[in-house]
Formats: sequence, C-alpha cells, structure tokens
Amino acid sequence: MELYSEIILDYFKNPVNKGIIAEPSGTCTEHNPLCGDKIRVDLVLDKKGKVSEAKFSGEGCAISQAATSMLTEKLIGKTPAQIKKIDNDEIYKMLNIPISPGRVKCALLGLVTAKKAAILCKKTK
Amino acid sequence: MFDPKKVKKDFPIFSRKINGKALVYLDNASTSQKPKSVINALTNYYETFNSNTHRGIHTMSEEATAAYEDTREHVMKFINANLPKEIIFTRNTTEAINLVAYSWGEENIKSGDEIIVSAIEHHSNLVPWQELCRRKNATLKIIPIKKDLTLDLSAYEKLLSKKTKLVSISAMSNVLGYMPDLNKIIKSAHKVGSIVLVDGAQSVAHMKTDVKKLDCDFLAFSSHKMLGPTGVGVLYGKFEILSNMNPFMFGGDMVKSVEQHKAYWNDLPWKFEAGTPNIADVIAFDAALTYLDKIGLENIHKYDQKLLKYAVSKFSKYEKDGVSLILPTFKSSTSRSSSTTSNSSSSTFDSSVTSSILSFSIKGIHPHDIAQIFNDEGVAIRSGYHCSQPLIEHLNLSSTARMSFYFYNTEADIDRAEIALKRTLKLFKN
Repeated sequence: MELYSEIILDYFKNPVNKGIIAEPSGTCTEHNPLCGDKIRVDLVLDKKGKVSEAKFSGEGCAISQAATSMLTEKLIGKTPAQIKKIDNDEIYKMLNIPISPGRVKCALLGLVTAKKAAILCKKTK
Repeated sequence: MFDPKKVKKDFPIFSRKINGKALVYLDNASTSQKPKSVINALTNYYETFNSNTHRGIHTMSEEATAAYEDTREHVMKFINANLPKEIIFTRNTTEAINLVAYSWGEENIKSGDEIIVSAIEHHSNLVPWQELCRRKNATLKIIPIKKDLTLDLSAYEKLLSKKTKLVSISAMSNVLGYMPDLNKIIKSAHKVGSIVLVDGAQSVAHMKTDVKKLDCDFLAFSSHKMLGPTGVGVLYGKFEILSNMNPFMFGGDMVKSVEQHKAYWNDLPWKFEAGTPNIADVIAFDAALTYLDKIGLENIHKYDQKLLKYAVSKFSKYEKDGVSLILPTFKSSTSRSSSTTSNSSSSTFDSSVTSSILSFSIKGIHPHDIAQIFNDEGVAIRSGYHCSQPLIEHLNLSSTARMSFYFYNTEADIDRAEIALKRTLKLFKN
C-alpha cells in the first residue's frame, strides 16, 4: 500500500479547512520538535456546544498536514467531550495508509493539538 | 587510488535490498558502514580470547589486554600523537567532550571566564559548554556564521580576550560539510592563552588529522563514523594537560591503590577509563584503522571532493523546481545573471572549505517526505535538525534533507539519488 496515496497527496496539495479563525472558542499550537512540525488548530462552538467551524494552520510533512486537514472535517458537529474521546486508531483508519513507527508522531500531531484546543474551548458566547 | 566499486564488496551490508532495490547508503555522517574485517575482528575476540583486560594473569586476559592497548597505539599513530597515554577511550565523541567539560572544566573554569564555540556546532559540542557555563557563572560566546555559510573569523578574533579559557570548535560541520580554518583558529586562541578542543566527529574519518601540526589541546572523535563499531569514542589530550586533570568517573581500573576511606588514581590513560571498558569494540576499531590506512585518508579526501562536485552538478539542475543546496560558498547559476550559458556546471562552490556532505531543501516539500520517497527508492538519507537545531533555525529552515558520502559511494549512487529526487518532485508538484 502506498504511503503517499492520492487522497493524502490531494489533502496536502489542496488542504480543506486551512487557515486561522479570528475569534476561536478554543485554539492550541503544538510542535513536533524532532522534525520541526508546527500545527495550530482553531475551533468555534455553536450555541449547543458543538463545533461549527474548525481550521488548522502551520507547517509540516504531507502526512501531518493531510491528517490534520481530514481531522478538521470530522470535528464538525462534535462536542469537546466527544473530541477528547477520538482515539489514535480512528486516525489510522481515516488515513488508510501504512504508518511506520517513524511517522506515528506525524499522523497524530493534529489530533493531539485538536484535543488540547477542545479542552481550552470556552463555553458558548 | 582505490576502486570504489571493488571497495564496496568489502562491506557485507551492500548485498542488502531496501524496498526491492539495492541499498544506496548516503547517511554516512550519522554512521558509516562496517567492512568484513571489522565484523570478523569482533567475532574473533568473542570466539577466541574473550576476557577482561588489565586484570588477569591467564593467557586470554593477556591477549585481550595486548589487543586493547594495540588499538591505543594505532590511534596514536593515526592522529600523530606523541604518546599512547594521550589516547583515552570513551563511549563516543559526546562522552569525550563531557569528560573535558567535567574534569578539566570543573577545575579550570571560574566565574567571569569565557568559552567560545561556533554557530555550526553539533549539540554535543554546545550543550556541555552551556551547562558548564551555567554551573560556573561563565559566559558562552558564539562565532557567528556569514551569509555564505562560512564562519566569521574576524568576529572570532574580536571575541578572544584574556577571559577566554577554552575554544571548542568542530573541524567539519555535520550539516554543511564546512571545514573552518582550524590552524588560524587555534593559533589565535593560543595567543590569548586559551586552550582548544577540536570536535573531529566528522573530520577524522575524511581527512588526515595531525594533532602535532594542528597543535590542538584536545581532539574528540568516534569509531563508528570511521568504519569501526559503535560504543567507542576517543579523547586525545596533550600529556601535560591530561596529567593535571582529575578523573570524573570513579571505580575499578582507574585506581592504583584503594584504602577504606581514600583512593589513589591510576596512571594516564587508565585513570580516565573507569570500569570494564568496551574491549571487543576497541579491539575491532583497530581493524577499521588498518582498513583506512590501506585506503589512505589523502585518497579519501580527494575522492570526497570529486563525489561532492558530482552531486552538486546533478542536484543544482533542479533549482528551478525549488531545490536549494545548503552549501558554503555556493553560487548557483540562477543567481548569477552575467553568465551567458545556464548549464548546470556553471554552479560553483569553494571545494577547499567543504567536503562529503550535501544538505538541501525543496520549497513546499517537508524533508521527512523527501527522505521517505528516497527510502522508497532504496536511498538512505537523513532528514531533520541533524542535532544542530540552532544552525538550522539560523538558516530559517524547519529542517533539511542531507546526503553524506563516504569512499564506498559511487557516482552511480548519486544518480540513484537523482532518480529519487525526480520522483519526489513529480509526486508533490502538480
């Protein structure tokens, strides 16, 4: 199975939800110091306390960028509590590519960041 | 001159395939491959005279001690030191530098003193001095790097003063392949009464090192980057300096006599080699030195230059595709408007200041992805900070991809890397 599948490359070249949100309900920036990756996730909660908007920014390899972009789509409609429960296997399933030990951190950096952003979310405005 | 294709046959690892393709190993600055003679020396020790050194009266212990001390003498000749006792075996370059920081540094660095390192240092020649300065309330000064990626030696001259107690400098950058003018650096340091440690982790494997000619006070390097086993480092120190230093590791083998409440240190070099040493690997390191003697370091140095020029001529063709070479004194063909032809050979660099390493980046492609595609093609390269985070950040990069060569690499290996580069560009660029 190819690591750089068409879907991964497509999300990397044309990322969905890339950008920053001016007044997010919660935001977090995480680094992967070994490879110099940096990812920021911004979340906006609606009145029911569910994510209505999610964006990511920063730099990193194709795997971390594509994984975070795909993840932001999954976050819409979820509560912070539900985001905290997303486990690593869900990310691997979503990516559907072989993740070697050296690339685990790349695959999961977005999820780690999104969970922290979710925890930091203020109650609805 | 040796034949690189024939030489490659001495290294069993090159029969290996990676992803169905013959291995092309371009990560030699991390660690070199090992010839059969080194692997045989390890097996031979374990199978025929495995025993502890400096202790037993029995035959095998005497043989092990003799073989261990033979390596010390060989290292002495290899770097042209005066005495075997100037050669101390450690675990690696990092431990050799830490030995100086703890043993010499603890006694000689006082509050207000200054230590000078450069902007190109590996973490192993930076962090021990940061820590020593913190413990002693001393100041760490940095020789800056210029736009052409060489060190600013006139700025260095201004950093030197009576307060300077130590200059610790790499002989070859593991990111840039850059070799600073050590003769000049050492002479100037000695003029103000400072001693000099040379980090030879990269250089000793690639060019003739003569500690007498250099007149450095310490030299640190590792066996594993020069065909030898992992787990063996060398600290060379001038006899007068080493004899006045106290051990920093205590225990067996480093003592001459022990009373219940006091101990007396062993002679040099053993006072710095506490505990059972890495006997097997030190003995096998001897075989690595013998192999290098046979090839000749002058030949290796010449061949390094040839390979680097070839790699630069190949990779500089892709500048228009966003490939940047991170190479000292490099002038690309695209950056010089005056030239009438724009063929690849018009890219130039000063091959006398750089050797055996070619770092590069590609606009819009993360070095991890580059290294991954290269690996798919069977080409092993390194990506990341290369344990030189301050330098990489100074270059305004989050990380780089790095190819590093040794004498068993061939132009055909670089052609394979070029194929991998083309595939990387095709995959990631629309």
